[in-house]
Amino acid sequence: MSYVPDRSQYPAKNADGTLDIDLTSGKYLKLWQGPNHPGITGNMSVELTVCGDEVVEGKTHVGYLHRGFEKLMERRTFIQCFPIVCRICVPEPDFNEYCYAAAVEELAGIQSPVRSDWIRTLILEMGRINSYMMYLGGQAGAFGLGVIAQWTTYVRDLMLDRFEELTGARIYHMFIMPGGVRDGLPEGFDGRMEETLREMERTLKDVYEVMFCNAVFKKRSIGVGVIDPDWLEDYGVTGPNARAAGVAKDVRKDQPYLVYPELDFAPVTGQDSDIYTRADVRRRDVLVSIDLIRQILAKMPRSGPLMAKVPNVLHWKIPQGETYIRGECSRGEYGYYLVTDGSGYPRRVNVRGPSYTHAMALLERMIVNVNISDVAGLMVSLHTYPPEIER
Amino acid sequence: MNLRELYNRLKALFPLGDLTEQRPDLAFVTLPAEFLRPTLLHLRDRAGFTHLVLLTAVDWLEEGRFQLTYLLSNRSQACDIGLRVMIDRPASGLATMESIHDIWPTAATYQRELREMFGIDFPGSPRIDEEFILEGWNDIPPYRRDFDTLKYAEASYNQRPGRETRDPATHMKQQLYPGEA
Repeated sequence: MSYVPDRSQYPAKNADGTLDIDLTSGKYLKLWQGPNHPGITGNMSVELTVCGDEVVEGKTHVGYLHRGFEKLMERRTFIQCFPIVCRICVPEPDFNEYCYAAAVEELAGIQSPVRSDWIRTLILEMGRINSYMMYLGGQAGAFGLGVIAQWTTYVRDLMLDRFEELTGARIYHMFIMPGGVRDGLPEGFDGRMEETLREMERTLKDVYEVMFCNAVFKKRSIGVGVIDPDWLEDYGVTGPNARAAGVAKDVRKDQPYLVYPELDFAPVTGQDSDIYTRADVRRRDVLVSIDLIRQILAKMPRSGPLMAKVPNVLHWKIPQGETYIRGECSRGEYGYYLVTDGSGYPRRVNVRGPSYTHAMALLERMIVNVNISDVAGLMVSLHTYPPEIER
Repeated sequence: MNLRELYNRLKALFPLGDLTEQRPDLAFVTLPAEFLRPTLLHLRDRAGFTHLVLLTAVDWLEEGRFQLTYLLSNRSQACDIGLRVMIDRPASGLATMESIHDIWPTAATYQRELREMFGIDFPGSPRIDEEFILEGWNDIPPYRRDFDTLKYAEASYNQRPGRETRDPATHMKQQLYPGEA
């Protein structure tokens, strides 16, 4: 991009590093984007200080979705926590179920059956596609391409149908229990899933032609919102945000879990680290997930136990210990830190959502010098879900 | 990377507690608060633990201590180490711990949350006194174990009166055949 900002307009810094902004000077303006704003994913707000149409400072404000999950879980038995955890992240709830179940199993010394691990992997990949579809619609919408969201919502709904026949629920599946999964695949599931995947591939082809080859989208997203690869460790950047910067960070490959070692795939990476590259990495990641679902359905065992033997859940006490379980969700590293004290309740559950670092420290760093009209697109390009920041 | 070997190397430099090997790729170790910074810097710069996964606290109310857990990850060696720091837990008022926002800028967010939710202060951390999630909170920090959620809810919110319930059979009888009832 040839745009060079006029640095003389920018505020000087105070001795403590904060910006010297005098709102009464008439040079700066405070502008609130959110908490309810079409360019925001979920309820979150960004307090912008602008000079002309350029952002000089941005502060993320969260708290609109705080429901105190971590505290709630300290007063509930291990099985009572299971239906709570999925509600921490609405568009992709399954990682909460998997990470929580795997953490409880590890501390309680339970080994989930092989067949349930295959079904867990299938569900996580289905959820990933759902989440990416929501993102693609939001990213296109932030730049005025509203029709893309209608297409991606359509195919996302087809995947929700598959979720419904598999788990009985469309959004909160409550399927991955500590010990295994609730049920096997229904009759004829493979055929209907194949139809859904083909429809998804057709739609993605359309999305590619209308969104990724679109002059408006290219002009507004290429070279905008660049994440410097040096920031990745400073700000704990993971997932597609890191992969678009050329670093193949993917928990599925770095620290494989479930049945990923038996599946053939390579992490999708990009080089330019701008909004366009991040969107493209996610589009190609959907294709990887589609391929993974086909591999899972071809390789998974069709018989065998689905649940390991679990103690009486009403009197279930887990020995003192602590562990951390992570998985690669559509936004990056999702993890659960679970501490037990030998009682029937968790001592502490801490949820590490990727949005926690992406939407706070990283966004505040990236938002400086951005044009007001690009703020929404930049924010969506980090693919953040506010509920997992506040828990 | 063998975490036991790493622990033995670190133990020669810093006064570490016992190692808890949770998995071959995950271990926890306790260390005094004053040795946290050099240990973090050593792990980041010399041992490849460049990714701060999370920073959180556990309230051990019975022992009068807070446990701060700094979980670090080494991606190339595919292993994690959790550093546990036990700090005093004052019955009222703030506990204090050294800030690490200069080592990992993202730690400032975690520290802001801990300040608000557990009452652990990190002097010098950016925007540490600004509200993070709660607005106008004047009770004790809510994630402390002695914060009673039920008592708070009963004091702060009105209970909705229960709905009027009827026996369906009697009700329908009255609706359909009022004369017979």
